[in-house]
Amino acid sequence: MSGKYDKVAYYPGCALEGTGHAYNRSTKAVGKKLGLDLVELKNWNCCGAMEVKNVDPKLQTYLSARNLSIAKDMGFDTVMAPCNGCYHNLKKAEYDLANDDASREVNTRLATKAGHTDYQSGDVTTIHALDWIKEGIGEEDLKSRVKNSLKGLKIANYYGCMYTRPRHIFPEKDQGPDSESTSKPHFMDDLLAAAGAENVEYPLKTACCGGAHTLSDSDTSTKLVLNLLETAEACGADVIATECPTCHSGLEMHQMRAEKVFGRKTNVKILYFTQLLGIALGLSPRKVGVHENMSESRDLLREKGLA
Amino acid sequence: MPIHEKTLIRPENLIEHEELVLDGVDVSGHWSTFIESRTVTDYNEALQEEIAALPGGENIHRCWQCGSCTNACTVNAINPDFNPRYWIYLIRVGMEEELLRDKDIIWQCVSCNKCTYACPRDVFPEGVMKATAHWLELKGYTEKKPSMIFDEEFTEQIVASGKIEDGKVLRRFFQKTGQPLMQEWLVAMVRGLVFRLPVSLLMKMGLATLFHPRTSGWDRSRRAMEDYIDERHEADRKSLGLDMKSAEMGAE
Repeated sequence: MSGKYDKVAYYPGCALEGTGHAYNRSTKAVGKKLGLDLVELKNWNCCGAMEVKNVDPKLQTYLSARNLSIAKDMGFDTVMAPCNGCYHNLKKAEYDLANDDASREVNTRLATKAGHTDYQSGDVTTIHALDWIKEGIGEEDLKSRVKNSLKGLKIANYYGCMYTRPRHIFPEKDQGPDSESTSKPHFMDDLLAAAGAENVEYPLKTACCGGAHTLSDSDTSTKLVLNLLETAEACGADVIATECPTCHSGLEMHQMRAEKVFGRKTNVKILYFTQLLGIALGLSPRKVGVHENMSESRDLLREKGLA
Repeated sequence: MPIHEKTLIRPENLIEHEELVLDGVDVSGHWSTFIESRTVTDYNEALQEEIAALPGGENIHRCWQCGSCTNACTVNAINPDFNPRYWIYLIRVGMEEELLRDKDIIWQCVSCNKCTYACPRDVFPEGVMKATAHWLELKGYTEKKPSMIFDEEFTEQIVASGKIEDGKVLRRFFQKTGQPLMQEWLVAMVRGLVFRLPVSLLMKMGLATLFHPRTSGWDRSRRAMEDYIDERHEADRKSLGLDMKSAEMGAE
């Protein structure tokens, strides 16, 4: 559509090299299919995830800002991060460096000691994989490229916490109907609808999966995930579409744990939105890494004529 | 989520009379004594300042007790004792003893930031929860909670190599918290995955546990971060009036 994201810097982050590999594979495959070029940041580091800020928030700002400085050094003004955690942290770093003197001071000090570019806010804009396709391609264009419509597939769109909260770090959101909403996000709904899917009314779009304590407080996480899964089923969904590797693996792990530990079985499937889009664009389930997911959804795809 | 029933009267404030007849009326059973007068003398007048001195707690003074945080809270929905509004109140009036009743659940905040989203006063309650959990540990009121063990293991790995390898985090975390790695649900999940994945990818994943992902040329960043962490630890302890000697002992 606009062509503004035809070539952007790509920050996969640690999860996409580990448990979220299927998200990495499907994001790249969809980008290739849509003619959107991704150039991976050279020698990137972890953004600090959800953990480093609890040890010290400014350390997290430094870690994230280092990645932004790499994008700048490589000549990019836009970096795309598919992981909610990475996306959130890069946005947070941008906000803190623009608004907080103490964060700026620590970042400059650490960057100087470490001997790399001292990132200044405003140099690089971070976008999510959803922005990348929604604003780089758009629904109309996407519709015309669909080869394998998701017609008949009922989807609950799940965005999690870090895509919209806290809202002050996302100044471009809540800016009218074309922008993303922090209270009722719709970018994923829009894209999957363009691919032919039927989105169900899902009230827990931005509820929490307990990802921060997925291992350290497993029972709480299992309860939260079970609520997400059972509500999706009650809403009539066949699939929960995800856009974050932590949410995705949390849903998969705790779906299994809820069955084994709590004796509560749910059948709703869990797929990355990029896997669903890829299939709609005519890629095989294997090409978008459906076999790499921890949960099994190939039967459903076969049943719906998508595999 | 179920709707919770919660009593406002604590068990120790109940009196039980097996047989009690007043003015000819049988009033045997539980009686609440909550209206007994209570005098609080052990305030910690510095409590709010102590929390505000730790990262995340800076804006606690802005709270006007509307309760939007607790109303929005993810954890409150599954445990009604998890009550950010109440804890912020206790901290602001300095009722340390009351706060300590909940010392073993404050760490359970999942950082969903629903409170931060709802707060009309920019208190950042999520940050206050983290600062309070941190304060409890620094003061020695609680042992290190699983989430802090996880956070530190994670941070240690990032500082050391620049990247995270999730398998290693998992192993080290279970080891440090004394849990078996072969938990039934994990085994079931991995078994399903191994069954489906091609051998080449499994080989790659196996190799990743031998050759950890790392950011090259990370050494200077590592040293810069280590210096900064030491500096922060010292500053945090100083703000609570704790000496460094006990910090070193605690670290051993």
